[in-house]
Amino acid sequence: MKYTVFLFCVSLTIASCGGGSESQESSSNQTPQSMVQSEPAEADPMLNKGIGPITSVTLGPLDQALVDEGKVIYEELCTACHKPTEKFIGPAPAGIMSRRSPEWIMNMILNPEQMVKEDPIAKKLLVEYNMAPMANQNLTEDQARKVLEYFRTLE
Amino acid sequence: MKTLIFKCLGTAIFTFALLAGCAEKDGSVPGVLTAGMADKSYVPPGELDEFYGFFSGGFSGQLSVYGIPSGRLLKVIPVYSQDAEKAYGYNEETKPMLNTSHGFVPWDDYHHPHISQTNGIPDGRWVFGNGNNTPRIARVDLTTFETVEILEIPNSAGNHCSSFVTENTEYVIGGTRFSVPIPQQDVPIESYKENFQGTISFISVGDEGGMDLAFQILVPGFGYDLVRAGKGKSHGWAFFTTYNSEEANTLLEVNASQKDTDYIAAINWKKAEEYVAQGKAKEMPATYAHNVYHEDTHSATSEMKSSVKVLDPKECPGIIYYLPTPKSPHGVDVDPTGEYIVGNGKLSADMAVHSFDKMLSAIERKAYVEEIKGIPVLQYEETLAGTVSSGGLGPLHTEFDDRGNAYTSFFISSEVVKWKVGTWEILDRAPVYYSVGHLMIPGGGTVKPWGKYLIAMNKITKDRYLPTGPELCHSAQLFDISGDKMELILDFPTIGEPHYAQAIPADLVAPNSKKFYPIGENNHPYHVKKEDETKVVREGNIVHIYMSTIRSHFAPDNIEGIRVGDKVYFHVTNLEQDWDVPHGMAVLGANNSELLIMPGQTETLLWEPKEIGIYPFYCTDFCSALHQEMQGYVRVSPSGSNTPLKWWLGDPPS
Repeated sequence: MKYTVFLFCVSLTIASCGGGSESQESSSNQTPQSMVQSEPAEADPMLNKGIGPITSVTLGPLDQALVDEGKVIYEELCTACHKPTEKFIGPAPAGIMSRRSPEWIMNMILNPEQMVKEDPIAKKLLVEYNMAPMANQNLTEDQARKVLEYFRTLE
Repeated sequence: MKTLIFKCLGTAIFTFALLAGCAEKDGSVPGVLTAGMADKSYVPPGELDEFYGFFSGGFSGQLSVYGIPSGRLLKVIPVYSQDAEKAYGYNEETKPMLNTSHGFVPWDDYHHPHISQTNGIPDGRWVFGNGNNTPRIARVDLTTFETVEILEIPNSAGNHCSSFVTENTEYVIGGTRFSVPIPQQDVPIESYKENFQGTISFISVGDEGGMDLAFQILVPGFGYDLVRAGKGKSHGWAFFTTYNSEEANTLLEVNASQKDTDYIAAINWKKAEEYVAQGKAKEMPATYAHNVYHEDTHSATSEMKSSVKVLDPKECPGIIYYLPTPKSPHGVDVDPTGEYIVGNGKLSADMAVHSFDKMLSAIERKAYVEEIKGIPVLQYEETLAGTVSSGGLGPLHTEFDDRGNAYTSFFISSEVVKWKVGTWEILDRAPVYYSVGHLMIPGGGTVKPWGKYLIAMNKITKDRYLPTGPELCHSAQLFDISGDKMELILDFPTIGEPHYAQAIPADLVAPNSKKFYPIGENNHPYHVKKEDETKVVREGNIVHIYMSTIRSHFAPDNIEGIRVGDKVYFHVTNLEQDWDVPHGMAVLGANNSELLIMPGQTETLLWEPKEIGIYPFYCTDFCSALHQEMQGYVRVSPSGSNTPLKWWLGDPPS
């Protein structure tokens, strides 16, 4: 009881000292709520561009040179967790071009820390894959684009 | 209810005192918790320190890195001592770093860290540091904060007057505190005066940092204690203190304190370079190790060298002069202009300050009192610029600020004394707790001091911290010296015994700090670039495991076919390519240490299982929510058994 009184008084005192704390509190209250709530009705995943540096990707005819380079990068930096065609530590990229937008794929590669915290699809995947974090392997945008081109060949 | 109101009021007043800062409109901060002294060293959580401080570990053998002014310990860099935490000196890659002509020497007494300089200003590329016991010089790279080179110094014992650098890091300097026969011989100790000599070493430093013992100078058998390179007008010279000019070999406490003066040895190293270029140096056989850590292979190599160039002052006039200096001087410090050379005569109350210009004039006029083994001794009054009569006892070291002031540590009277360069008047004095040895101002021994803070490194701690049994850590004390009066603002504990420290503005180092090693540049002979390349290879009773790590699994994580009597090498490559994601690796019964592998790096642990059974191994550095699952097994079968060699991750091989 004594503690309750003390804390109550302290919070009163703090609140009286300056503005702003109220709005901070309400925003910090919201975060955990949204984490336990189920996501709103499934939106079309192909319209989700993810969160990160990539806002627009134009796909032309398949560029075999890009594919070859992308395959090398993928094998070196990604295969410890992602087998091309079978589920492993993380999901297989086979068929990903029909499940996700190209922007989302590149943002997931380039900005995984923020994606698994804020993007609804990435958040769901993190839970589905036992909380195994998507490692940031520090690819450049150019490298990520090549990996994306390689993914176009994985049916 | 009344009680509640009183309680609430009381608590509110108390809380108000805690948060007093927000109440005072004039900006004053009354109350103990927000006193100004604490604010001066306070770096709020999330903010970064203004300076990196590099503190020698002394008998710990390591170099510790602190944030200044907070006193936060940022890293302990293993240099001369094995470190099981980082596998330094335990893994196969770094064992060669501790190789010497005496074999593997896993400890040393790390004395004086010195940051590389360009135009006399600390440049933040490397930190050099001397091993006093088995003479060595080490170089730490400030992009990785790792020891990347160690050079042994032959013809030396007690490499104490080291590892100070010249103005453009042309040389790192070394020298003998303990004179010995050179080359070594089996002679009576009593024949000291006849057979014992010292050497001064100049180690050249290449553009990429590579060290080479350029030449040594033979000197009389005194104790060469400390050194500072000249700067500005005195660039090209180096100044060494000596003690035991009595050349005693027993009870030095008494016998080396007989004379009123010892000497500062002034060495003209540019002149010495000329003699070397003219071929005046003799090639002398000498065995000494040169150990280099290669970042591309993540491995060190050790090469044994076989000779050294040596100059004899008797044949090379003009390279060395003795300046008489009272009394058993310890530190020698050159002011930022390069004109004044301060002799900190530790058994004297006063300090003699020599003038570089007067010294040159005395040399020109041959104002000598005598010669010692071909070395002219200059007349004391002819080089003396002034005397600091401080009233303190036991001056040891002096550093400078950028406002024309000097600060000297006094061990016996336990204080720091501030005095004016040129007028020699005492301006301020501050007590320290207790018995200060070295002191340090960022850049305080260079042409560009950043004269905001001073740190006293104290030899005695006693009641300053909670007791921890007979052994107490050495304490450092941080002073704000930006005003007229020195103000004590923080105590913080140190590791080992800091013999000197240096500090540098963080923005000269932090932007160059590496975040990880690119896996594509890994040329370790047993690396893997991807999980597909992991394998186990048997060659007789030697087994190489090519293993990889990524959050959060080893590949392979199940291994069979190992036998008792095998020498098993775990070559573990960390495939991560992100900052601050090391993985550890430890296996039950290993007689050495764990591995701690940085992203993109390969490290090797030797494991020799002695009994059959199933041995787990696991990641020791918490890496993700699935860190606890990052583990595997090795099956060890009897010697000579036929258990097939197999390894896998996930599905076992059919």
